[in-house]
Amino acid sequence: MDLRKLKTLVDLVAESGISELEITEAEGRVRIVKAPPAPVPQQYYNPPPMPMSPMMAPAPSGGSPGISTGPEPVQVMSKGQIVKSPMVGTLYRAPNPESSTFVEIGSQVKIGDTLCIIEAMKLMNEIESEFAGTVKEILVENGQPIEYGQPLFVIE
Amino acid sequence: MFEKILIANRGEIALRVQRACREMGIRTVVVHSEADTEAKYVRLADESVCIGPAASRDSYLNIPAIISAAEVTDAEAIHPGYGFLSENADFAERVERSGFVFIGPRPESIRLMGDKVSAKDAMKKAGVPVVPGSEGALTDDPKEILATAKAVGYPVIIKAAGGGGGRGMRVVHTEAALLNAVSMTRSEAQAAFNNPSVYLERFLENPRHIEIQILADEHRNAVYLGERDCSMQRRHQKVIEEAPAPGIARRVIEKVGLRCVEACKKIAYRGAGTFEFLYENGEFFFIEMNTRVQVEHPVTEMITGIDIVQEQIRIAAGERLRFKQRDIQIRGHAIECRINAEDPYKFTPSAGRITNWHPPGGPGTRVDSHAYNNYFVPPYYDSMIGKVICYGDTREQALRRMQIALSEMIVEGILTNIPLHRELMIDAHFVAGGTSIHYLEKALALRR
Repeated sequence: MDLRKLKTLVDLVAESGISELEITEAEGRVRIVKAPPAPVPQQYYNPPPMPMSPMMAPAPSGGSPGISTGPEPVQVMSKGQIVKSPMVGTLYRAPNPESSTFVEIGSQVKIGDTLCIIEAMKLMNEIESEFAGTVKEILVENGQPIEYGQPLFVIE
Repeated sequence: MFEKILIANRGEIALRVQRACREMGIRTVVVHSEADTEAKYVRLADESVCIGPAASRDSYLNIPAIISAAEVTDAEAIHPGYGFLSENADFAERVERSGFVFIGPRPESIRLMGDKVSAKDAMKKAGVPVVPGSEGALTDDPKEILATAKAVGYPVIIKAAGGGGGRGMRVVHTEAALLNAVSMTRSEAQAAFNNPSVYLERFLENPRHIEIQILADEHRNAVYLGERDCSMQRRHQKVIEEAPAPGIARRVIEKVGLRCVEACKKIAYRGAGTFEFLYENGEFFFIEMNTRVQVEHPVTEMITGIDIVQEQIRIAAGERLRFKQRDIQIRGHAIECRINAEDPYKFTPSAGRITNWHPPGGPGTRVDSHAYNNYFVPPYYDSMIGKVICYGDTREQALRRMQIALSEMIVEGILTNIPLHRELMIDAHFVAGGTSIHYLEKALALRR
């Protein structure tokens, strides 16, 4: 089950009145539980035949779901401005594989600074920041397919 | 066979293509605008990609966004549906250049048929009957003009070469009125379009709109799948379609059908296509060819048992047609009513949330619609929200089933043209069959 599908499921649970959702597919089984307002978010996963990232249930407050892409969970809930993708393509965090990334969490950006590249039809498009501030969150990964309107960065 | 197809369209046809793919075990990628995020087929797709804001120009007509979506999802082929980019030769070309299969004809065929003059020319060369007319613009010589009109046959219509949309036209019934009519039309054309060039065609007073569905593969096999009668139109928009065309002898259809098949082979056409004709007094006159699947394809599917969208996909995958002309059997009769989100009397569009969606059912009733209970019909696109198709062993049975289906159907929260369809399905002239393309508008005018 790919990350985008997992994210869709998490969003579905978060936005609806569902408190628990379990889905079984060829690649494995996922159970998402929306915890009541309680301190500890619950984590369930059933290891499928193939390795898969563990799913985190959405945090109780605010209701915005998070999606984990690795050991630390990342939550999309903050007071910053969201930079959304203006196009469909593949996102790259750096100008080329050997260089360092355009921005990291904590980077200071001005309006017009390049945040990332989105490749569409063999053309590299620099995505510039519409906001000035500090990069608070990076919501996407290097090489990830991006759709129009997808949230990419949070700038505070 | 393809493993993944990208559906570059929206609404009921996106769902239709998705159903064909799912049946064939092909995974679907659906592209959608922000306004269609909650569409049924988006939720059912294996993958979906938002390609732009609501405006068609920035989404469903956005070629780079669609091709990008195919790239990031590793789709193999793109189905363009109907409308939008389906008859855009540039799109077809760019799809192919980007390494994807365009589920449709070659770009050259789209270009050839997109130009109405070159299309008519190509059909003439291929032996398909066209509207008789002057070969090109009329000269200033009165003798020539009279001779041309005589050869074409009265009544004739003088048309401005630079005109269109019903403007710059004049009908002439007798030879005595011809020369005056030509000079008047010329001056009007000069004033309105800055081009005094006019040409002349036979005027058909009460034609029917009869079209022939064809399928052609890449191995020079082509068949026609019977005809459709789409005469019930309002402002050149089809409202009701049926197959076969009532009251036209099979031999007559066969003759024109085979000519269309020959034309396809001659221009190396590939995929599904429709030859549109005006039919009057037993004669067919070619008007244009549509190089895509059409809205009304279900009526042909019902009477032939052939899934046209699946055949499009098979042809695009390089397969041979699995049937010959003699294998095509026409059985029974099918009628389709286009359900639009509009005021049934004023025809003003009616977008909004469907608070109660109750479609009909039962034997011989097919509903092709992407709508569902609580679905929000967006205001940015075509008003058609679905099609009801009824099949019967006879035309009478198909009519009766449609009357019943329309009586059961409930759509609340928005206005629809269902009340209009209910009236038309018991209209004496429509029930008798064979009404011309002017009939519906005349009937609507009388309603007021």
